[in-house]
Amino acid sequence: MRVNRLAVAAVAILTAALSTACSGGSDEPSTQTASQSAAPAGPVKLTYWTWVPNMDKIVAVWNQAHPDIQVTVSKQAGGDDAAAKFLTAAKAGNPPDLVQAEYQMLPSFVAADAVADLKAETAQAKAEFGEGIWGLVTLGTDAVYAVPQDSGPMMLYYRKDLFEKYGIEVPKTWDEYAEAARTVHKKDPKVFLGTFSSKDPGSFAGLAQQAGAQWWSISGDAWKVAINDEPTKKVASYWGDLVKEGVIDGMPYFTPEWNKALNDGKLLTWPSAVWGPGVLSSNAPKAKGKWAIAPLPQWNAGENHSGFWGGSSTAVAAKSPNKAAAATFATWLNTDPQALGLLIKEGAVYPASAKGAALMTEAPDYFSNQPDFWQQAASIGATARGFTFGPNVGVTYNAYKDAFDKAVAAKSDFAAAVQSMQEATVADMQKSGFTLAQ
Amino acid sequence: MTATALPRTRGHARPSPRRPLGIVPTGVLVLGAIYTLFPVSWVVVAATKSKAELFSTSTFAPGTGLLSNLGDLFAYRDGVFWLWLLNTVLYAGGGAVLSTAVSTISGYTLAKYSFPGRGLIFNLLIGGILVPSVVLAIPQYLLFSKAGLADTYWSVLLPQILHPYSIYLARIYSQAAIPGSLLEAGRLDGAGEWRLFRRVALPLLTPGMVTIFLFQFVAIWNNFLLPFIMLGDDHKFPLTVGLYTLLAAGANQPSLYNLIITGTMLSLIPLIALFLTMQRYWRTDLSGGAVKS
Repeated sequence: MRVNRLAVAAVAILTAALSTACSGGSDEPSTQTASQSAAPAGPVKLTYWTWVPNMDKIVAVWNQAHPDIQVTVSKQAGGDDAAAKFLTAAKAGNPPDLVQAEYQMLPSFVAADAVADLKAETAQAKAEFGEGIWGLVTLGTDAVYAVPQDSGPMMLYYRKDLFEKYGIEVPKTWDEYAEAARTVHKKDPKVFLGTFSSKDPGSFAGLAQQAGAQWWSISGDAWKVAINDEPTKKVASYWGDLVKEGVIDGMPYFTPEWNKALNDGKLLTWPSAVWGPGVLSSNAPKAKGKWAIAPLPQWNAGENHSGFWGGSSTAVAAKSPNKAAAATFATWLNTDPQALGLLIKEGAVYPASAKGAALMTEAPDYFSNQPDFWQQAASIGATARGFTFGPNVGVTYNAYKDAFDKAVAAKSDFAAAVQSMQEATVADMQKSGFTLAQ
Repeated sequence: MTATALPRTRGHARPSPRRPLGIVPTGVLVLGAIYTLFPVSWVVVAATKSKAELFSTSTFAPGTGLLSNLGDLFAYRDGVFWLWLLNTVLYAGGGAVLSTAVSTISGYTLAKYSFPGRGLIFNLLIGGILVPSVVLAIPQYLLFSKAGLADTYWSVLLPQILHPYSIYLARIYSQAAIPGSLLEAGRLDGAGEWRLFRRVALPLLTPGMVTIFLFQFVAIWNNFLLPFIMLGDDHKFPLTVGLYTLLAAGANQPSLYNLIITGTMLSLIPLIALFLTMQRYWRTDLSGGAVKS
């Protein structure tokens, strides 16, 4: 009797679960057909996940001019969490039509079939972008997975006044940078020329790109993973030795103590990207007008290279019912002069398109002492080289944080930390079923 | 002299070994209070600092920027802060009320009625306590997406209504607070089961319900992961997720620390107010217990 009732209850629960599942399943096509049949009649409605500030104002301009394609902005939290959220939404079948995709996250979107190929829609837009940037959205294939929005070429931010005070020149090579670090630290043990952040894999990736690293590459159907290649190990050992010597600090970027060091003039340089002024003006307001930019120090005298830290693109979800409209909007947003002007002014974005970069004329307020800030940034940007990102950058970046946290704390071998990044990445790709070339 | 002094000293000696024991709990509580109040007081002090002061002045020196912080926060994206606050009140208030109702009825039923499967249901619920709700967030999201309910108010409200621990609490409380003989007497007088629950059980259960309500209210108020995963539309965000969008503003934008801290401080006020007003129900709980024993 008891068993019988239990069985009845179990069946009831199962049928309830099944019926909701079924009704969910039958809902999907009906909503799709509804939106498709509605498309010719009413305006196309698109949702857009982004974290660019004031994007709603920029989109309002588009919505006014294009009554047939109405875009709704939903401001999200930026960074790795946004990528995870989009992947989950795509898997569940209700992603937004448009999404802001950081370059290093785009391959994981592609691997999950979450973003659409925009090759046909972006044929004209291609000419607006440099080859290095365009490679980041094609991943070296024939397809185009997103429209580039902003880029982050790296440069050296330095405290001009304190460089004079300590009597050091702007370093042209990393050897000179190391020498300057020793000089500064000898003159005042509380002051450091720079710090190595174990929390910012993006920064390390940029420095590795500058040195010529190629962490991932595709040959045929197989991925090649070479995070432990010679250039990367060289960069890691260089910083590891300086941290071990005690002349470069080991505190992470963007922490309150880092902000304090910047404010107090205890930190003289920051190898960072073109978006640095926003961070400095907010986190180190006291030092306004005292910073300047120069190209990154080079590995060999006479060379001229840089890397990318950050930057993002606008991708269209593979499951979006209105891909063509979404692609039209993404192209407008990132190539139209009016949109670019708004992106710069309202969104504080450094546009990836050549036209956009040319629109930047007035130096940021924080760098009023350097009126040619954007011209310098543009000429540095032209020397930046990137590399193809793999489908599991999240794993690699987490491995970076784990391994370098320990390495900085123990002042141990940084090259070994690079090796553990390589191993974690390869193990994860094998587990996920990617074919790896040896 | 000595003879009379002896028992006296003895009499004094008796509380004296108790005294250090009396101080220890107080000391532990004081340490606990400092431990919990220290971060809160930091939030309050930091909220008064302007952007420039936040990282440059000493930690507990009050700043001068409170008014401008408040102004900036309320002006941020045309006052979206108020919308988030309203959403949070809706999620936490509505969720806690519904959860308290469900928990009380279930706990009362499990405690006072014997029916086949009672033990199994209760054991399942106990097992449910062991599963952290964080683990369930993504499966729940996938289920809600299938049902077409993702990115709605319901997607945040519904999963938080059924809370195993609250049901467990309600059952334990019902067992202790409602004498079986009282229900029996009611039945003999001809009261129906619903009337028994309404008229006899509910008044006795009120202190327990307040506890459940407060637990759930605070839990939902502070919940981050579930709304973060469920909601895509930033106009449905609660405060936790909304303020997080200010923190993780992307690489080319600085985190708006002073707005986040000010927002956090403001979001504490309703919780404190709720606790202060609800405290009296706990006091009746204590006195009720004292009378019974």
